[in-house]
Amino acid sequence: MTSAPSSRPFARRPDWGAWLGVAPFFLFAAMFLIAPTAWLLVGAFEDRDGAFTLANIARLGQPSIRLSYWLSLEVSAASAALGALFGLGLALVALCGGLPQWVRPTLMTFSGVASNFAGVPLAFAFMATLGRLGLVTVLLKNLGVDLYAAGFNILTFWGLTVTYLYFQIPLMVLVVAPAIDGLKPEWAEAAETLGASPLQYWRMIALPVLMPSALGAALLLFANAFGAIATAYALTGSSFNIAPILLYAEIRGDVLHDPNLGYAMAVGMLAITGFSNLAYLALRSRSERLR
Amino acid sequence: MRRGRLGAWAAVGLGAVYLLAPLIATFEFSLRMRRGAYSFDAFRAVFASGKFHQAFLYSTVLALVTIVVAAAIVVPTACFVRLRLPRLAGIVEFITLLPLVIPAIVLVFGYIRLYGSSSVLPLTSTSLGADALLMFGYVGLGLPYMYRAVDTALQAIDARTLTEAAESQGAGPLTILIEVMLPNIRAGVLSGAFLTFAIVIGEFTMASLLDRSAFGPYLQLIGASRAYEPAALAIIAFALTWACLGLIQLVGGAPPAAARR
Repeated sequence: MTSAPSSRPFARRPDWGAWLGVAPFFLFAAMFLIAPTAWLLVGAFEDRDGAFTLANIARLGQPSIRLSYWLSLEVSAASAALGALFGLGLALVALCGGLPQWVRPTLMTFSGVASNFAGVPLAFAFMATLGRLGLVTVLLKNLGVDLYAAGFNILTFWGLTVTYLYFQIPLMVLVVAPAIDGLKPEWAEAAETLGASPLQYWRMIALPVLMPSALGAALLLFANAFGAIATAYALTGSSFNIAPILLYAEIRGDVLHDPNLGYAMAVGMLAITGFSNLAYLALRSRSERLR
Repeated sequence: MRRGRLGAWAAVGLGAVYLLAPLIATFEFSLRMRRGAYSFDAFRAVFASGKFHQAFLYSTVLALVTIVVAAAIVVPTACFVRLRLPRLAGIVEFITLLPLVIPAIVLVFGYIRLYGSSSVLPLTSTSLGADALLMFGYVGLGLPYMYRAVDTALQAIDARTLTEAAESQGAGPLTILIEVMLPNIRAGVLSGAFLTFAIVIGEFTMASLLDRSAFGPYLQLIGASRAYEPAALAIIAFALTWACLGLIQLVGGAPPAAARR
């Protein structure tokens, strides 16, 4: 690179200086993002002797693994669907409900914090809230509603789902807010001029416009929950076998007694988060074009 | 209209209850350690513990190193891609999104196998090597946020004119990067830094699987063995997250959309 004034920023010859500047980034990506993933990807399709096989993938169908995937899918889908629904509702109400100015920034700031409040501390917070001795459990019991007698337990499917919602709803608010801001006031005015009721406006104009963004965001929430492990692990130990917890146990102690099967498990998870993230990106670019 | 607004208040109120109840409950729980009276005993027990200090210090130092390394990787890349290698923009953006696609547990599994004791680069067999591996893992976790924050800040300034002005004064590329670009995108770098800090300070999966005595695994251990300290720790962690996100608003960086683990 020369330090002379560059009158030709896009010179034909390779810009070695600039390439040198981005080299650490690509080295980092190769060593700590791509190579480790590629290693698992290759291992998932090899047998113990290194020959190509699909047997590892096929063995993901064995009951214990299939059950863990299924549990993960259920928790992720439930927390994503409910999170998307409540998050969209909350964002709509806060942004277009005619509430005072301060509601919006307060909700957005709090959502920024809450969507990042996950992992082990979140599990602690929900133990203290909805655990057997949690404040809400005890309060409701005093009011005559015994959650635990009714079959609720924080260590089960619904317990985990309610806990995940604590970061899913705020995440939905953050992701969908720009799409709601994209609704043009002229549309509502035009609809009103043409005699549409507010309900008709929402049902026939606003919601269809929001739909791709909302669906995409729900997929993002799904992937977000699917890869998460810390909250579930801290909440339930290893008693609630979602896929990442089984993989965690496998990495720790080779519980599957087969390293290649471990790789296949990891690749299975990667396929699911990868697919939902790609679908999210596709839907997002679609809704950006619509705007 | 009036009834509509009442409904809106009810909905927001319900949301507020769901979002605030766990915080109130956790705080109340953390005060219950002494029988019969509210006290800060759980907090005192946490702060008096040597393990807490050790784990917290470890994670803080690691987070700071992570931030410096992440900035050193991201700032030059974002600048050069914007100014001189625009055709790399697509691939670079794709790479910065990878950590959102690859679950942390999958990534660290790859690390353990690729950099395990029998590999070419056995990082996990020394303590310092494992620390470095965890640090690079955290650089990855923070990458999407750091890159977005820096790139957004770059978008807001006229980087090309600034660079040309500096070049015409005879500044070299390193000088331009550190003395011209960096001060102008400080808000972006800082908001990326605070978000990275918030993400990695209590991170559990990678730290635990690489056997580092970091804050995340410490939290998990306390959760499995104590009753009231976990609630106090959850309040501390929430305050930390709040502080990091508050600092982002203070430095005027872009708000973190789609922040997630």
